[in-house]
Amino acid sequence: MVPIGHYLFLSVALLAIGIVGIVTRRNVIIILMSVELILNAVNINLVAFSRLVGSVEGQVFAIFIITDAAAEAAVGLGIIIAFFRNRETVLADEMDILKW
Amino acid sequence: MPSEFFLASIWLIPLFPLAGAAVLLMFGRRLPNSGVNLAGVGSVGLAMVFAFGAIAQLIARAPAQRVVEIVLFDWVPAGIMHTMSGHVVNFNAQWGMLLDPLSAVMLGVVTGVGFLIHVYSTGYMAHEGGYYRFFGYLNLFMFSMLVLVLASNLLLLFVGWEGVGLCSYLLIGFYFLRRSASDAGKKAFIVNRIGDAGFILGLFLLLNTIGTLRFTEVGPAIDAGGFAVGSGVMTAIALLLFVGATGKSAQIPLYVWLPDAMEGPTPVSALIHAATMVTAGVYMITRMNAVFQLAPVALGAVATIGAVTAIYAASMGLVQNDIKRVLAYSTVSQLGYMFLALGVGAFTSGIFHLMTHAFFKALLFLGSGSVIHAMSGEQDMRKMGALWGKIPITAWTFLVATIAISGIPPLAGFVSKDAILAASFDARPVLWGVGLVTAGMTAFYMFRLVFMTFFGESRVPHDVEHHIHESPRSMTVPLMILALLSVVGGWIGWPEALGGSDRFAHFLDPVIARHAEVVAAVPEATQHTTEYALMVVSVLVALVGIGLAWYFYLRKPSIPGALEEKWGGLYRLLYNKYYVDQIYDAMFVNRAKDLGTTLGAFDRGVIDGLGVNGAGWVTRAGSSVSMVWDKWIIDGLVNVAAYTVWLVSHPVRYIQSGRVSNYALLIVLGVLLFLGYYLRVTGVTLQNMLR
Repeated sequence: MVPIGHYLFLSVALLAIGIVGIVTRRNVIIILMSVELILNAVNINLVAFSRLVGSVEGQVFAIFIITDAAAEAAVGLGIIIAFFRNRETVLADEMDILKW
Repeated sequence: MPSEFFLASIWLIPLFPLAGAAVLLMFGRRLPNSGVNLAGVGSVGLAMVFAFGAIAQLIARAPAQRVVEIVLFDWVPAGIMHTMSGHVVNFNAQWGMLLDPLSAVMLGVVTGVGFLIHVYSTGYMAHEGGYYRFFGYLNLFMFSMLVLVLASNLLLLFVGWEGVGLCSYLLIGFYFLRRSASDAGKKAFIVNRIGDAGFILGLFLLLNTIGTLRFTEVGPAIDAGGFAVGSGVMTAIALLLFVGATGKSAQIPLYVWLPDAMEGPTPVSALIHAATMVTAGVYMITRMNAVFQLAPVALGAVATIGAVTAIYAASMGLVQNDIKRVLAYSTVSQLGYMFLALGVGAFTSGIFHLMTHAFFKALLFLGSGSVIHAMSGEQDMRKMGALWGKIPITAWTFLVATIAISGIPPLAGFVSKDAILAASFDARPVLWGVGLVTAGMTAFYMFRLVFMTFFGESRVPHDVEHHIHESPRSMTVPLMILALLSVVGGWIGWPEALGGSDRFAHFLDPVIARHAEVVAAVPEATQHTTEYALMVVSVLVALVGIGLAWYFYLRKPSIPGALEEKWGGLYRLLYNKYYVDQIYDAMFVNRAKDLGTTLGAFDRGVIDGLGVNGAGWVTRAGSSVSMVWDKWIIDGLVNVAAYTVWLVSHPVRYIQSGRVSNYALLIVLGVLLFLGYYLRVTGVTLQNMLR
């Protein structure tokens, strides 16, 4: 049986990749993809601990998060398309109309 | 028709002319002259019919029952009040009409003479502008005068009193485009106000003393009050009322308006300023005789002022050249006679002279109007003369009136004037002497007028001479009727000494109060021999006056001129009316104007300057202080608050870069911060967590 540490390592790696992606990339689509990575890091965590503890609740939460991620991806992409129609860009650092 | 129909409808009498006045003043402009005549003369005619009907029915009653009072409604229900003596009374002035012998005489004179003058006016005013306005005012005057004579209490009498004053003002200023006419109107109105102030004070004092103003209650109330002869309050009331009378009836010192009132049309002079309105003072004092008889001092003042006014006005009449002015001074003088009569306690003689004077003075004025009419508007006697044959009816009737006023028997003036002189001889011989001299002067100036106008050489300018014509029938018929009255009018008071029965005095007797103490003081009836002597003397004096006039103005026309030369100062003094107008101007009129100027300056300087402008300045100064406060303190505080917020927010706002990645980084940093804090606080290490 694979020890829990491996799962956690994978999860942390995915989280780190996601965070770096969010913080460093300019393309909003990439950022959105990085968010999916973070969510999946969480999913791995949940499933791993579920197996470790012997309870299915973690897996149920994981299913919820997947559903939620799908919805989030749909809404996020919708926003991006609407924004693109207005400003003809998908770069995050040009999305600054909310600043003071 | 009920048996005493007219007595029951005396309240209607004033309403006829009121209706006439209302119609004329509202719609008169659109009416033709015949319509104006119908409304103006017809209404007065109706009033006259009702008046004479009522008088006839009153005479038909027994002497003791000759009082009719008809109350129409409660007019001033003032309610409970305390009199000066502490009694509580319920004062209620009613709109009531009172017909007793005294008001019957006045009613007859006012409606009779008034009607004749209305008829005369249709001829005299036919070619004047404002025909309807003239009759409207004249009808309004008739209404006021009838209210005055029929009023059942002193307050209502005062309403009529003011009403006739208003109409007098309107009619004196009838030719209002002429400056002198409108000035004369104002003068009459203002001078009358002075008298009215006295009247109304007297009225209030009377009310405050006895608690009633109703004529039928005044006598009993005074008797019940137990006032002694010469009581101070009665003297004060009498004197105050007399002040009112001097204003309305043109006595010294308030006579000055009457000569100027001749600016009005001649029928107005005849009706208002000779026959009716100016006698209101005589009527009022007679009406209030119960008060006056308790105030010997006031009666003395009345008699003295009357006598002095009589001779004073007559002296001015001696030298006037304006035909109407002579008559005006004559009116003042004759009114003085009436007051002399009242002052010596001969109230009935005063009223008697009032009536006869109304006849012959109205006739004189109307006659003079007819002369002026014939002379195309000329009033200066120096430009007349020898008119006798040219306007015969006017001349004859004028002569009759002149003989009447001069006191030649058996005409009306003789009877009434002689009654006054006889009464004053008993009471105050000095005043009798004054009256006698005045009688001579009256005869002189009246015949001077007749001689200068109708006899001697013609001094008429050539172009006027062609147009001299007798007046139309509407003017001459009233003249003839008045001439008849001037002859026979006095016979109803024919003295007992000459075989008459003095019915007039007996008719009026019930109106004259008889206080117990006063009755005792009345002297024995004058012996008939004394009366004969007095009559002879007065007739002789009148004849001397006539003779002098004849000698001066017909026989030797050079004498007046020579006298003027010789007594220039005296002549100018008389001709300029003793300079009283100038003295009044200097003493009162100009001082009043000065007061007005001063008050005006006070108004502009102090009220406008200090008060209004000062208040404005203070407001402005206050508001600029307030503005500085607003601008620097209030606004400053607001700005300080805003600046503080800005200052605090300034460093923080750089965080809000608008870049999503920045925000994400901050979130991560924040999470790491909290995580680190958590780990540190709980002491959990990563190894522990994994274990």
